[in-house]
Amino acid sequence: MKTIDLIGSAVSNTFRSKTRTILTILAIFVGAFTLTLTSGLGTGINAYIADTVSGVGASDAMTVTKTDDSATAGPGSSQPREYDPDAVSSGIPGQTVIALTPDDITAIEDVEGVLSVDPVLTISPDYIQAGDGTPYVASVGSLIPGQTVVLAAGEEPDASSSTYEVALPVAYVEPLGFDGNEDAIGQTVTLAITDAERTQHTIEATVVGVTEDALASPTGSSILTNDALSDALFDAQSTGLTEDQADRYASATVWFDPDATDDDVSALKDRLADEGYTGTTIADRLGTITTVIDGIVLVLNAFAVIALLAAAFGIVNTLYMSVQERTREIGLMKAMGMGSGRVFTLFSLEAAFLGFLGSAIGAVIAMAVGTGISGALSTTLLADLPGLTLIAFDPASIATIIILVMAIAFLSGTLPAARAARADPVDSLRYE
Amino acid sequence: MSTPILRVTDLRKHYGRGQSRFDALKGVSFDVREGESVAIVGKSGSGKSTLMHLLALLDAPDAGSIALDGVDTAKLRGSKLNKTRNKTFGFVFQQFFLTGNNSVVENVILPLKIAGVGRAERKRRGMAALEQLGLADKAKNKALNLSGGQKQRVVIARALVNNPRIIFADEPTGNLDTTTGAVVEDILFTLNREHGITLIVVTHDEDLAARCDRRIVIRDGLIVDETTKEAA
Repeated sequence: MKTIDLIGSAVSNTFRSKTRTILTILAIFVGAFTLTLTSGLGTGINAYIADTVSGVGASDAMTVTKTDDSATAGPGSSQPREYDPDAVSSGIPGQTVIALTPDDITAIEDVEGVLSVDPVLTISPDYIQAGDGTPYVASVGSLIPGQTVVLAAGEEPDASSSTYEVALPVAYVEPLGFDGNEDAIGQTVTLAITDAERTQHTIEATVVGVTEDALASPTGSSILTNDALSDALFDAQSTGLTEDQADRYASATVWFDPDATDDDVSALKDRLADEGYTGTTIADRLGTITTVIDGIVLVLNAFAVIALLAAAFGIVNTLYMSVQERTREIGLMKAMGMGSGRVFTLFSLEAAFLGFLGSAIGAVIAMAVGTGISGALSTTLLADLPGLTLIAFDPASIATIIILVMAIAFLSGTLPAARAARADPVDSLRYE
Repeated sequence: MSTPILRVTDLRKHYGRGQSRFDALKGVSFDVREGESVAIVGKSGSGKSTLMHLLALLDAPDAGSIALDGVDTAKLRGSKLNKTRNKTFGFVFQQFFLTGNNSVVENVILPLKIAGVGRAERKRRGMAALEQLGLADKAKNKALNLSGGQKQRVVIARALVNNPRIIFADEPTGNLDTTTGAVVEDILFTLNREHGITLIVVTHDEDLAARCDRRIVIRDGLIVDETTKEAA
């Protein structure tokens, strides 16, 4: 029997006992539907995180800090810590990191695999003000090449521009006195910063963009500046400091080969560790978040797979009945010269086809329902997380689910199929 | 005389073991020549069905041999055996064994489908076989909507469709009334006469047996009587 005829026969046999087929398909449908929705949930949330990954950091960069060997006193310990003249604020109150000096930067540059090193400037402006309006406290962040932010209006500050450019978080737009996101573009704002001699400097910058609040935004609700503005602010802040005092950095950004594999990256981290530095890539930082989400999705998927297993027993049952009913037909086909292998294939294909129908219908309906749900949620419950599609579907995972369900169905079909293949034509055709 | 199409030598077959051992065939030998019509007659339990199953290569004997065209069939295995069965034999059963929900033509072309014949060729040969039995107009009907006589004609069409050399008919008229039974008999003997297809009929109907060239009577696993009709 030709394979195409086998498939054709399997498909038409499936529809011979319609009620039974429909009930079996329904059981598979429930499993496939759940699996599609839960994996869609994983895809949606992880895609949202992936979108913001490029915001948190470029994939070919890592943040390098000096490894703090003296930090033996854990949190909650009341033991006093030794004074370290190189300690600088890490940005979190009470926590310090050992600062990197220009010597450290040179040392890092010499590490094999490091393409370039950019010290991260810590800038603490006092406030931001538009015209004569109310000043607001602000923190400043800057984009390193490769980073992106979700923009509500305008564009990102141009890193290569020599004019002072700034992007405001959307929350700052109205308090600063602008009528709207678009209205803010092109306006001038004033940033104030105090130097070591307690003198306050003000710097004017042009608003070029408005950034959305994102879950893992690189700068949080901080103001985004371009390099020219950061340098100007840093210089203002460092006024009065000796060069030695000024050139202290909490961390540095290290660039490596964009084609580096995970192994290359961890080798690079090891080499940095040998020199006394700690390298953290964006994957390290996001790893925890994605691991938690993957864990939750895995649990949900496990429930769906349990539903599928129940459906698998349904398939076994359906096909056993089918084999029982069709004993004569199987005997006849064998008498007419159909090999056992082909009989086995025929019944296995019927099982796989049941699996295909159930999973395809389940996936399609789950996609419709999922799209509906995430559409409804994005305007209500999750309106604060712009850019989040709660349940997203990618063709690869849908195909994987359909193939997985078909494989489960095929496997459950092998038991009845083996019984059919073993059937003795003489026994099957006896009727006395 | 040429090699007989079937040569059966000292065929033995038993079922069960120990106390429940049942010897269905206790040493049966005969020849069937190409184009002959042979009736195997016997009561139920006589071993005639077992003999037919062995002749049709559906089962293997315990001892003895069956030579098909001079070739020992014990040497045929697996796909070669299946292929031989598919190409050489046609089956007509008392209980039809039609797939009710499939169309008549689908039922008829089943042996061709198994043989791997292409779709167009299958359809052509299936329709030709149905036409030969005057059922071309029923080709699209569901098999279960046919009368008993029509069903048996469909079964004959199915047995014919792969141009077999031997047709095995197991009680072909057992489920039919006398009139339709006679029609079916006529068809079988016409095929035997006009197309030279060897016909082996298993029956307990003496009238049907009498129409065959030869009748072999089986009782308790042995041939007890063998009569050849004088050239008619």
